[in-house]
Amino acid sequence: MNALEVAASVRAGATTAVEVVAECLERVATRNAELNVFIHLDAEGALASAARVDERVAAGASLPLAGVPVALKDNLCVRGQPTTAGSRILAGWRPPYDATVVGRLAGAGAVALGKANMDEFAMGSSTETSAYGPTRNPLDPTRVPGGSSGGSAAAVAAGMVPVALGSDTGGSIRQPAALCGLVGVKPTYGLVSRYGLIAFASSLDQIGPFAHTVAEAALVLEVIAGHDPLDTTSLPEPAPELSSHLDDGVAGRRVGLVRELVEGADPEVLDAVRRAAETLTRAGATVEEVSIPEIKLGLSAYYLIAPAEASSNLARYDGVRYGLRVDGPDVEAMNVATRTVGFGDEVKRRIMLGTYALSAGYYDAYYGQALKVRTRMIEAFARAYARVDTLLGATAPSVAFALGAKTQDPLAMYLSDVFTIPTNLAGEAAVSVPFGAGEGGLPIGVQLLGPARSEARLLAAARVLEAEGGR
Amino acid sequence: MERLSRAEVAKVARLARIALDDVELERFTDQLAQVLEHARDLEALDLAGVAPTAHPHGLINVVRDDEVRASLDRAEVLAQAPDVVEDRFAVPRIIGEAP
Repeated sequence: MNALEVAASVRAGATTAVEVVAECLERVATRNAELNVFIHLDAEGALASAARVDERVAAGASLPLAGVPVALKDNLCVRGQPTTAGSRILAGWRPPYDATVVGRLAGAGAVALGKANMDEFAMGSSTETSAYGPTRNPLDPTRVPGGSSGGSAAAVAAGMVPVALGSDTGGSIRQPAALCGLVGVKPTYGLVSRYGLIAFASSLDQIGPFAHTVAEAALVLEVIAGHDPLDTTSLPEPAPELSSHLDDGVAGRRVGLVRELVEGADPEVLDAVRRAAETLTRAGATVEEVSIPEIKLGLSAYYLIAPAEASSNLARYDGVRYGLRVDGPDVEAMNVATRTVGFGDEVKRRIMLGTYALSAGYYDAYYGQALKVRTRMIEAFARAYARVDTLLGATAPSVAFALGAKTQDPLAMYLSDVFTIPTNLAGEAAVSVPFGAGEGGLPIGVQLLGPARSEARLLAAARVLEAEGGR
Repeated sequence: MERLSRAEVAKVARLARIALDDVELERFTDQLAQVLEHARDLEALDLAGVAPTAHPHGLINVVRDDEVRASLDRAEVLAQAPDVVEDRFAVPRIIGEAP
């Protein structure tokens, strides 16, 4: 099921949104118990929304996503629908407002089926830290789908929906896209409104799409992007034109294959990136090897900055205004009991790490130093983009790994994000596109990176790789 | 920098309003020490004179026009609260008994 074909078919009256949604709900029913993709399904609401889309189409509305079923990561607020961010502390919470992206999708005729599983508060790389159990990879259910947006990726990979939204703080769209054989876009910071996205690390978080194809991802991004007065970090400009540039190709483009974005990757991943470089060369680009040593500092900087911001953002879960409350004799005891019961281990680890990095005596050595590394990272990328247009590397070091393989070793799990983190620190754009297969026929993703606002160029390059299908 | 101690982790947990039992304290101390150990590659860098970046595009105050507009529905918001008394969020006792 392709989102462009669905929308065209619904607009032409060849099918109805209700029929399309009903078909997707059947696929969810077939595999959701096995895969644990949707942690909240709103079948009735989705069918009602689909009926309204059909009415709008009948009344002559031209909707870009007419009748397209979507999955929403569970950190996106939907008014009146359970929204937990994968955490027990928000069990049963029903937001009193919609995230901006949710409203924009609905306005374009898309129909949300429900909320997709995720690592708790988006902290994880495997969707195993969810309070609602792990999601399994539809391509091999003994393996993880990646994370933190693993439910969104699995929903698309399992054919339950053609497209989905996730959020990417350190790779949480691109890494699961790679592990599930999908296109995943981490847009330029500020391109997509974060209003109604449950905050993890506010200077890094961005919402973006998952899809089987570049064209579908581009269309969804066009719908959700563009200035939003409700997000003070939203770029003050309209959504970029992406779909009209998909066939721009890469002729004359300069591409840098980044040594540090393949270092430590499995040989089959390295091989896929090399073949991607050859494909781009055949399509008319010039590819040269580049080195950006600062990338190696990204992981350390990220695991100080993101927890620091998280420790502040998650202070709001105090049992007072919404979510879980565990009673105690006084207000502080209530706060402690609520947070102790409500947060899982990974969230506690990151809150403590962030609290430590920000605490008196350590601030300069850890958080302060990480912010300076961030400056260095931005400068290093700027120097690279003075020489080349686009950077190329791996998305993840390996294909999807087995469930439970890294849950006892946080640092090993953190290393899954080593190639994706630098883009978030720089606030720039990157796309993961499937390119070939590795162990057990599992997909490999390659990553294309560009400066801020380079989405059209990145998607055009991704399209060249997509057309070659990994050859 | 010294390796992270159990006492430091216990202090941080207190500040973050998280209770840890002895087993958790031991485990978290080990795990956090490992992450901080990895972060040592930053310690050695000479970054004197480098400006810190807290935000990719810098943060500026954004203000909207001062016009009255609808806010969230009070009843809908309060319906999500664990405890409400007279249209207000209710919490357990904050101030102790007088001595």
